[in-house]
Amino acid sequence: MIHDFTYLKPGTVKEAVAMLADHVDECKVICGGQSLLIVMRQGLVAVDYLIDLKGLNELSYIKYDEKAGLKLGATTTHRAIEKSAVIKKNYPVLTAMEERLASIQVRNWGTIGGNLAHADAAGDPAPVLISLDAKIKLGSSKGERVMSLEEFYTDLFETAMEHDEIVLEVQVPPAGPKTGSAYKKFNLIENDQGIVAVAVTVTADKAGVCTDAKIVLGNAGVVPIRAKSAEKVLIGKKLTDKLFAEAGEAAAGDADPVSDIHASSEFRLHLIKVLTKRMVKQAWDQANKG
Amino acid sequence: MEKKLITLIVNDIEYELYINPKTLLVEAIRDHIGLTGTKRGCETVSCGACTVTIDDMAVKSCSVLAIQADGRRITTSEGLEKNGVLAPIQKAFLDEGSYQCGFCTSGMLMSSEAFLKETKKPTEEQIKEAIEGNICRCTGYNSIVRAIAAVAKGKYAEVKS
Repeated sequence: MIHDFTYLKPGTVKEAVAMLADHVDECKVICGGQSLLIVMRQGLVAVDYLIDLKGLNELSYIKYDEKAGLKLGATTTHRAIEKSAVIKKNYPVLTAMEERLASIQVRNWGTIGGNLAHADAAGDPAPVLISLDAKIKLGSSKGERVMSLEEFYTDLFETAMEHDEIVLEVQVPPAGPKTGSAYKKFNLIENDQGIVAVAVTVTADKAGVCTDAKIVLGNAGVVPIRAKSAEKVLIGKKLTDKLFAEAGEAAAGDADPVSDIHASSEFRLHLIKVLTKRMVKQAWDQANKG
Repeated sequence: MEKKLITLIVNDIEYELYINPKTLLVEAIRDHIGLTGTKRGCETVSCGACTVTIDDMAVKSCSVLAIQADGRRITTSEGLEKNGVLAPIQKAFLDEGSYQCGFCTSGMLMSSEAFLKETKKPTEEQIKEAIEGNICRCTGYNSIVRAIAAVAKGKYAEVKS
């Protein structure tokens, strides 16, 4: 049973942040509601005011510029990202991730800003976007700020957002030359949330040496985890099958997965080893083609 | 809580509803408007039995607030039939026997309808992906895939809906 609330529908971002400032401790922001309405029905979230950003077309956009990179407005739907030709061309890993995110119905209504703000540890977009070095732009009645998406996540379903802030935009830097990305989640039904997930972005130089690597583990802890010891295994070296496997071992050391109904923590650690090894290889092969 | 007046255009008919803002779209359709073809299943965005289209886009009506669909054009399974003539996808479901208990059928129909409108000449893989968000607990998926493929191949083209 959903708790009764007063419904507020801002017409602009300015109006939205003003409404939020007015009801800061007694309200929740909804967008597509594909996650929020479930927890509201379960009574886990009960608020007196609901501010609905879904109709805020001002924030529904996909902009790309070779120098500035990609900018996704917070109310852009998953489906719009999935179908975007410019994203498919420049960030194919985002397209592939979206194609496997829940169902068409959810992607039609759910939004990227809502997904990131909900901060589900098993969410698909966050690990991929962090591996692409994405930033998130937040806004309140006091102003705007931009922070790295990696720092945005602080705990299970917790973010660094202040209570009077909303997500405005996701920013992804342009993909550099000889850079490859890969993402894979492990699950029993292909489009379910991942039991664990691994996102990798690696860059090669002309001599075939790995100059940069970002490995992000999804659902391997309470927030998306940067597998920094696995990255250290790769950076500065010409990558081989042996190093892919070593990176997998290191990534498992960086993870802190729970045991639950879907898998034991031991099985999750095993999966992280295997997926990291495979995804680094896949991203590396792609980087060396570019 | 303050009740709100909204307009839903369901199957080409305009309905003005005076609702509690927490009313879900599936509740507005079933309990306020009285169209019970759309089913309440899991109510956790998992099963797809409540699928309807909003502006030709498949959504799960258990997870959309009715007020978020204010002014939008909604189609439910009752809206597929026009002037007493079944839509191609409905005919195909009949011909292929694409249901057993029937609980998932209206959701399956609406996902299929939205998919067929946006995808011409789909592959079998694409058809399977299109109904990934709809669960059939009788597991009658093959006959559903056959029905969608039959419509896509133009088998029912002469049947104008």
